[in-house]
Amino acid sequence: MSEQKAKKRFAPIQSESKHRMEEQKRESIPTIFLVMSTCGLASGAAETKQAFEEALSEKSIAARIVPVGCIGHCYAEPLVIIDHPTAGFPPICYYQINADRARILVRSYLEGGDPVLKYVLGAMEENDLIPAVMDFPRFSLEQRLVMEHCGLIDPDDIHQYIARGGYSGLVKALDSDPEEVINLIEESGLRGRGGAGFPSGRKWRIARTAEGDGKFVICNGDEGDPGAYMDRTILESNPHQLLEGLAICAHAVGANQSIVYVRAEYPLAVKAIQKAIKSAKELSLLGPSILGTSFSLEVSVFQGSGAFVCGEETALIQSIEGKRGMPQHRPPFPVEKGLWGRPTVVNNVKTLSAVPPIMVRGAEWFRTIGTERSPGTAIFSVVGNVKHPGLVEIAMGTSLRTLIFDVCGGIPNKKEFKAVQIGGPSGGCLPASFLDTPIDFDSLTQAGAMMGSGGMVVMDEDSCMVDVSRYFLDFTQKESCGKCTFCRMGTKHLLNILQRITKGEGRDGDLELLETLSKDIKDGSLCGLGKTAPNPVLTSLKYFREEYEAHINEKRCPALKCRALTAFYIDLEKCARGCEVCVGCCPVDAIFTTKGRKKAIDQELCVKCGECRVACPPEYDAVFKVSPPELAPVIERPPEDIKEKK
Amino acid sequence: MAFHNDGIDMTASDLDQEERAMIQEIKRSLSKFKKHRGNLIPILQSIQEKHSYLASAAMEMVASHLDISPSEVYGVATFYNQFRFHPPGRNQIKVCLGTACHVAGGDIILENFERKLGIKDGETTADREYSIERVACVGCCALAPVAVINDNVQGYMQPSKVEGIFLQFQIEREREERDKASE
Repeated sequence: MSEQKAKKRFAPIQSESKHRMEEQKRESIPTIFLVMSTCGLASGAAETKQAFEEALSEKSIAARIVPVGCIGHCYAEPLVIIDHPTAGFPPICYYQINADRARILVRSYLEGGDPVLKYVLGAMEENDLIPAVMDFPRFSLEQRLVMEHCGLIDPDDIHQYIARGGYSGLVKALDSDPEEVINLIEESGLRGRGGAGFPSGRKWRIARTAEGDGKFVICNGDEGDPGAYMDRTILESNPHQLLEGLAICAHAVGANQSIVYVRAEYPLAVKAIQKAIKSAKELSLLGPSILGTSFSLEVSVFQGSGAFVCGEETALIQSIEGKRGMPQHRPPFPVEKGLWGRPTVVNNVKTLSAVPPIMVRGAEWFRTIGTERSPGTAIFSVVGNVKHPGLVEIAMGTSLRTLIFDVCGGIPNKKEFKAVQIGGPSGGCLPASFLDTPIDFDSLTQAGAMMGSGGMVVMDEDSCMVDVSRYFLDFTQKESCGKCTFCRMGTKHLLNILQRITKGEGRDGDLELLETLSKDIKDGSLCGLGKTAPNPVLTSLKYFREEYEAHINEKRCPALKCRALTAFYIDLEKCARGCEVCVGCCPVDAIFTTKGRKKAIDQELCVKCGECRVACPPEYDAVFKVSPPELAPVIERPPEDIKEKK
Repeated sequence: MAFHNDGIDMTASDLDQEERAMIQEIKRSLSKFKKHRGNLIPILQSIQEKHSYLASAAMEMVASHLDISPSEVYGVATFYNQFRFHPPGRNQIKVCLGTACHVAGGDIILENFERKLGIKDGETTADREYSIERVACVGCCALAPVAVINDNVQGYMQPSKVEGIFLQFQIEREREERDKASE
């Protein structure tokens, strides 16, 4: 196929897109890029947008507002980039722009030419006036392939993606032999980003050679892992890169039907991908005989109904078939016999989005990023106790320390790092001694955690490892589909034991029981959910055993987290006579006045929400939290006070 | 046993007005879907989107439309977290208990809502004004702990903020009543 049919058909589309971009640049009116993804909206981006619009029309300033996807800097939302070409400054990135600040920016910068330095995060280009964001570790240590355009383009405008080189990977694939494409992906060493790390090229080859027609490609965007939102961000911010990868994959394996499986809990992502499919079809980049070639591809969207286990490929296929999402025995693998019995490739959102850059820049280039066995980048949603939470795309092989302390700014409030939980409910907790572990599929698995889908929760000294394990077991126990007895019953028992321990009812032998039970669940389960569900327990038992022992033997929670094992009390020495601040904020009226007109807590009523501790003025700082609860001094409530309450 | 649409009409006398209207609407919308098992979840989703919950009569109609048993439909619907089987409150409160929110004390926020309304998560108040749900992760981990009040994401929740939210509801209700009275 050396005639390059697709390339010829694509050339006018590409020049049209580039022309549009240049046209906009020539207009030289200010452009306001506003992050309008889920996290931006949660931080108030809609109000910010409205404020911009009102202020602009009030002052009759001509400016363009472009809603863009997420750039991954969640701590800085609502994030705004203003390109004001006539002001003499490069495009400037502003952080935490609420409605008031939006009005100030219009007045001072767009009207007055003063860039309001106190709201500036950094300039988007190198210059002599304002420090560039590229020099900050949060930007410079990142390496973006999959999220390259996220937050910089309008996801609803296909031309913005094409103008930046989008869809040329698909064009190249269409003009090559499918066999060559698969060779390229195999050479690149791309591994599935859904967690297991299966070589994508091999998966595609098996599907290509599998017998049977009506093959399917499914994009797995069922991101059920609590604390992970990379797939959502890609779908919301740059759906076209995913669609391009999907089409390249379908062309390579010989499929004409494809499904994008998105969680129904992501309404914005569903809308964005539907819109993207429509505009790609209009330009003949999807649909029947794409760009005049003989290759056709139908794409539909299936909304997942919220079951964690559906992230497993056989369960996902079951749910598309309208059944309960229960994993099936493999073999036969879906690549041989999948949806409706046809050969089916199931690839993660991040895997497919990594395909177009490989197609354009080649396997050699891809291999220069990351490690020998895990080439490319990894995307993590780093949350919890870090200064700069958000989405981070880094080269594989970067150490956990670099990611947590350099890229994400380390632990806030002068607290100590305690553990990092990687891989969500299937992953493990790693202590500080593992901070120099390189991030790649094999090293993390060796350490007892796993890559998983990329959720990462950083915990400081105030987090209780027993409580975190209990939390994850509570999740996996609820999400167990019930097919395998060991997973269904075993996780329930694990949870019961952990609950007992956090309530101070732990017994001798509990820890050994946790260990043997965990091993049995791993051995007796069919799918990844059961096989990995005990990981949080096993790793925390391995690295934080003394914490479990304190809970069982001393009925004490060292992190002061488990509520049954802690108590609040007010130090009468420090409490200020007559101050009523804590009384007002207590939701259950547990605080009473002592005979000396100071305050004390009725331990029977206290629900341990900690509001009084927050409310107590710092100059008194009289509320303390202790574990075990017996350490709190007992102060009797005056009988008349109790009567009054009744 | 297969339920037929006619069978539903016979019991319609004990259904209140609202449910009858709903059943009529579902009957009309079902005809738009092909009788294909793969359509089961999209059908249930579209019913819930319109009526905000799946009544058992609705599930029986879906079963007869797809020619499968009602227990099969019920089995699928209860498997997934998305589906609700009771009408939710006019004001829906969802408290996120994802990992980041848990670490930041999301359970305390949930408890505050529960205590304030006197219901547990998954329940609706008797006057159908409020319902509380716990959700796994709304994907706003950087703003933890998070609660979603009628599609409005509230970040950095605190127990005292819970009070504020109800105060807001109360003010709005009073304003509505005033507006009504002045009309």
